[in-house]
Amino acid sequence: MEKLLEIKDLKIEARREDGTPIPIVKGVSFDVHKGQVVALIGESGSGKTTISLSALAYTKPGLEFAGGEVRLHGEDLLTAEPLRQRDLRGRKVAYLAQSAAATFNPAITIGEQVTESAVLHGILTQDEANARAERLYRSLELPDPDRIGNRYPHQVSGGQLQRLMAAMALCGKPDLMVLDEPTTALDVTTQIEVLKAFKKVIHEENAAAIYVTHDLAVVAQIADYIVVLYGGEVMEQGSAEQIINNPGHAYTRKLMEAVRPKPAAGLGTVVTGEHDRDIAALVVKDMSAGYGRKLNGEPAVTVLRDINVKVENGHVVGVIGESGCGKSTLARVMAGLLPQAAGEVVLDGENLEADLQDRSRDELRKVQFVYQMADTALNPRQRIDDIIGRPLEFYHGVKGRERQQRVQEILEMVELPAEFGARYPAELSGGQKQRINLARSLAASPEVLLCDEVTSALDSIVGANVIKLLNNLKDKTGVSFVFISHDLSTVASFADEIVVLYAGRVVEQGPTDQVLTPPYHPYTRLLISSVPELRIGWLEDTVELREMAVGIAKGVEITDVGCPFYNRCPSAIEGTCDITDAPVRQLAEGHEIACHLDVSDLQLKISHEASAG
Amino acid sequence: MNESNIKGEDIVERLDRFDELPDAPPRKRIKLSWVGKLAALVVAAWLVIVAIGPSIAPFHQMDFAGDDGFLPGDGEFLLGTDYLGRDTFSRILWGARTTIGISLLSTLGAYLIGITLGIAAAVRGGWTDTIISRINDAILSLPTIMLGLIAIAAFGSSIPILIIMAAVIYATSVFRIARALALDIMVQDFVESARARGEGTWWIVTREILPNAAMPLATDFGLRLVFVVLFISSLSFLGLGVQPPTADWGSMVRENLQGLPYGSYASIWPAVAIGSFTIAINLIVDDVSAESGGSLARKMV
Amino acid sequence: MMMKMVLRRILIGIGTLWVVSVLVFIGTSILPGDVAQIILGQSATPETLAALRAELGMDRPWFVRYFDWLGNLVTGDLGTSKAGGASISSLIAGRLGNTMFLAGIVAAISIPISVALGLLAAMYPGTWLDRIVTFATLSLISVPEFFIATFMVLILAVQLHWLPAIAYLSGNESGWQLARALAMPVITLVIVVSAQMIRMTRAGILNVMNSPYIEMAILKGVPRRRIILRHALFNAIGPIVNVIALNLAYLVSGVVIVETIFAYPGLAKLMIDGVQTRDLPLVQACAIIFCATYVVLILIADIASILSNPRLRQPK
Repeated sequence: MEKLLEIKDLKIEARREDGTPIPIVKGVSFDVHKGQVVALIGESGSGKTTISLSALAYTKPGLEFAGGEVRLHGEDLLTAEPLRQRDLRGRKVAYLAQSAAATFNPAITIGEQVTESAVLHGILTQDEANARAERLYRSLELPDPDRIGNRYPHQVSGGQLQRLMAAMALCGKPDLMVLDEPTTALDVTTQIEVLKAFKKVIHEENAAAIYVTHDLAVVAQIADYIVVLYGGEVMEQGSAEQIINNPGHAYTRKLMEAVRPKPAAGLGTVVTGEHDRDIAALVVKDMSAGYGRKLNGEPAVTVLRDINVKVENGHVVGVIGESGCGKSTLARVMAGLLPQAAGEVVLDGENLEADLQDRSRDELRKVQFVYQMADTALNPRQRIDDIIGRPLEFYHGVKGRERQQRVQEILEMVELPAEFGARYPAELSGGQKQRINLARSLAASPEVLLCDEVTSALDSIVGANVIKLLNNLKDKTGVSFVFISHDLSTVASFADEIVVLYAGRVVEQGPTDQVLTPPYHPYTRLLISSVPELRIGWLEDTVELREMAVGIAKGVEITDVGCPFYNRCPSAIEGTCDITDAPVRQLAEGHEIACHLDVSDLQLKISHEASAG
Repeated sequence: MNESNIKGEDIVERLDRFDELPDAPPRKRIKLSWVGKLAALVVAAWLVIVAIGPSIAPFHQMDFAGDDGFLPGDGEFLLGTDYLGRDTFSRILWGARTTIGISLLSTLGAYLIGITLGIAAAVRGGWTDTIISRINDAILSLPTIMLGLIAIAAFGSSIPILIIMAAVIYATSVFRIARALALDIMVQDFVESARARGEGTWWIVTREILPNAAMPLATDFGLRLVFVVLFISSLSFLGLGVQPPTADWGSMVRENLQGLPYGSYASIWPAVAIGSFTIAINLIVDDVSAESGGSLARKMV
Repeated sequence: MMMKMVLRRILIGIGTLWVVSVLVFIGTSILPGDVAQIILGQSATPETLAALRAELGMDRPWFVRYFDWLGNLVTGDLGTSKAGGASISSLIAGRLGNTMFLAGIVAAISIPISVALGLLAAMYPGTWLDRIVTFATLSLISVPEFFIATFMVLILAVQLHWLPAIAYLSGNESGWQLARALAMPVITLVIVVSAQMIRMTRAGILNVMNSPYIEMAILKGVPRRRIILRHALFNAIGPIVNVIALNLAYLVSGVVIVETIFAYPGLAKLMIDGVQTRDLPLVQACAIIFCATYVVLILIADIASILSNPRLRQPK
């Protein structure tokens, strides 16, 4: 194979204010061959994006090249003239960013942006470029390919923009593409489509690619060669097969461990049916909620409709759904942050007031909310001592030395050293901040802990550790959890019961084991089958055998009547599903599915299970 | 090719202790460039003069010490004399107290009013907010000098009136900034978390909002002070601000303008005094609110 | 959607104008207290005071007077000046023309210069050109208008004898005389207004320059000029139009000083004279004209930034 890009002993530095260098990339070497997809995998701080950008002779502002070579077709990019570097960017090497929504210029039509690079570099005339762009739109399976170019970025969906960015990169027929976490911001069901499109188009164009990601399962689907990075250094590199199936380095093995197993029955804790008390900790009854001014008792935008959820004492209820399905809203209603429009929230058998201000201090104490982003959830101007100490003082009247003592105990509970108490949040890492975030809620001694995507912003290893911690806390404290996540694997490994939300309604709920085995709601099945597996060839198997491909590319529509999943459901019954609300079918042990189909029709297994088995 | 080295187990061990890679290092304390340091020195010097100027001035501000008006500078009258034969240098030292003193008091007043109302509007929300904001927007949508002229037409001009007037006029812009900052901070999760805990308004304002608004407000204080200095001295220049014979930089420029065609610099020196103070403050503010956007723009070829 | 927003802005603008009229009325008719006393001074007898009050209509309740005044204002009747009882409309007519003439010339010169310099500084950030422009404009916006005017007089009139220090228009100057008379006020105002506009244009562009789509353009190999003129400028048009309108509005306060220092016979000078003599009806009329102009300009800026937003022009 021909060597396309050669990175040799690459060093990149940032500079402190006093001018001393901080090494970011510490001597990295690897090659990219023609037609090859090389994955750079690592967690935040590993330098993977910084390294990938060196293929465009570019560093983010504040960083600079400090040594080494980046040779494209044998020519060193780092020592090339600025004009030569500009000439190569977009022509020989193209870049795809993580967030297409931010990367497309909002004031210029999509078509102009897609063709811009090819025309500017004189590779194609405007007409040729338009024609090529249209072909690319078709092969990326974008809707309305002859006219989508006339639109502005805000007029198309996120998944479509992500694919349009691929068209933008490919339009100038580059030799090498740099893809920086291109599917990370997408929902799992959309991610498959985009991954599939990328893979197909890379293959068709016979282009080489550097694929930057933190997600091993995604890497397994797309990469030929893998470079594992940590702290700006290569830990290990080798063919995808070797790294996935036979990792040699301890860090790589650690990364693989953090990948949660495919959600399947038997992962969750077993529900014994015995509770400490007879009353459920928290019950939500016939609840509807939304945003905006109320008209005739209905909010302007209804986000949740007729929700019934029960959190038993000491149990973990996982709430799963894609972005916009209303899962965070559910937690906010439970916490009283968003008063519901209809229905009830019952705590320990007592009706809770909808509005926070009408709840008693003790009621507030019992339900604690843990935010997704520890960065914004912790006041940057308060020391950790004060952040954790305040709930102790506020709810329990603990002051002075005793407070100090308790803060240290709580820090110990979340496995952080006591001396962290004197620090400010900015002096901690992401995972440490998330622990403080948890610690603050624990300090209230709550009965129900509402965790909203608490691991989503964290690296996989750190996230896995936080889940481990949550498991310990559950056993130690007997707190009930509502655990909200878009990641089914994480939910499945932690929750006793799962609630599946779609477009503001519960489509299925029940004990974890029950939800993860047939009969499935069609949406649950789509979700389960969309979770990437750490197995080479999974993408092909899934796409090929997926009977529900019809619906994936379509967006979520929030409907007032009928089943919300109607427009994406492969088994939808026209004239029934779109007109009447789906009946709730009661199955064994509290398992409920809201679907018009007979239970026997829902028995279908996940396709690849059938094929792989 | 396998570059695995001894550190593998170490890394894993560290990760298991939750000793993760730190996030981006926290922002270091603001450091002034040499221009900023120089500017800080100038501002500090003027503030000292505000405090002790009259006692170190060679003459009293109303002392007709010179035999003649518009004398050029010499050993006795460092910067010459003004149109009435008073020592320009001494009057500048006295005038610092008037000009900067009035402006500082006005700005402090503007901050007191603006922050109180701004945070109250943001925290209360609803009708309180709508009404205060609408009135504020209407006042803010008028040129300050017009408001000043109308107020002076209504009340006449005296130092207390000037201070109150400038405080009220500039409180509108402080209100806007304080309200916007408070609204920004209030939607942050940590404030919501305090509300969910059941904290009262006082706690939320003093412990959650104010500490986080302090830095941007401090920067804005500098800018606002410059505006107030310009406003007060413009009014004085028009003959509508500080009234003679009190020394004030703005009115000193006006009084001595007639000497300019004859080569007297008596009107130039007070103008330079104003400029040195206001430019220096703006340079510091510029330094502190470090250049944004320039860095990515520097990557253009 | 967009029409709705524009309409909303216009309604808010009308509302603001109304609040402004109330403020001006309160400021010039209610706060000063007894206008008759002010006019006649301390020596007036109770009888003459009462007579004047009746003549001025001051014996009626304030809201009746307000609506009377507002009605007259809307129909173009600005009342009579205290000084000599001349109709204010006739006093203002010529002066307004002079001021608008001055402002027009200043705008025509400063807008293209400022936008060009602002763009240039943004295109080459951190270079000497940029540093000089930034430092110079920062200094210029930090000093009062009369500072610049004074130095202009010192340099151009006193030292170099190029221009007269005072502008007086009799109405029948030759073109050359007119140009010489106007030069000083125009130069001063252009400097004052441009400094603001250059800074704000540069900041507007550089603000956009932080966006990920600019980094994308760099990574696509788009040349500097095209990044600024196509990628950044199109997103900064709203803010820049805003800057221009705001600074035209800012001219309003600039002319007050400049007309005074150069004795230029404009509306602002008339107003200052009115304030000095406490000719409240005159101040009232001038203030309303200035404030209304200001509000309208800001309204135009608001609407322009709505129109320049593709999200609003091209709905989903």
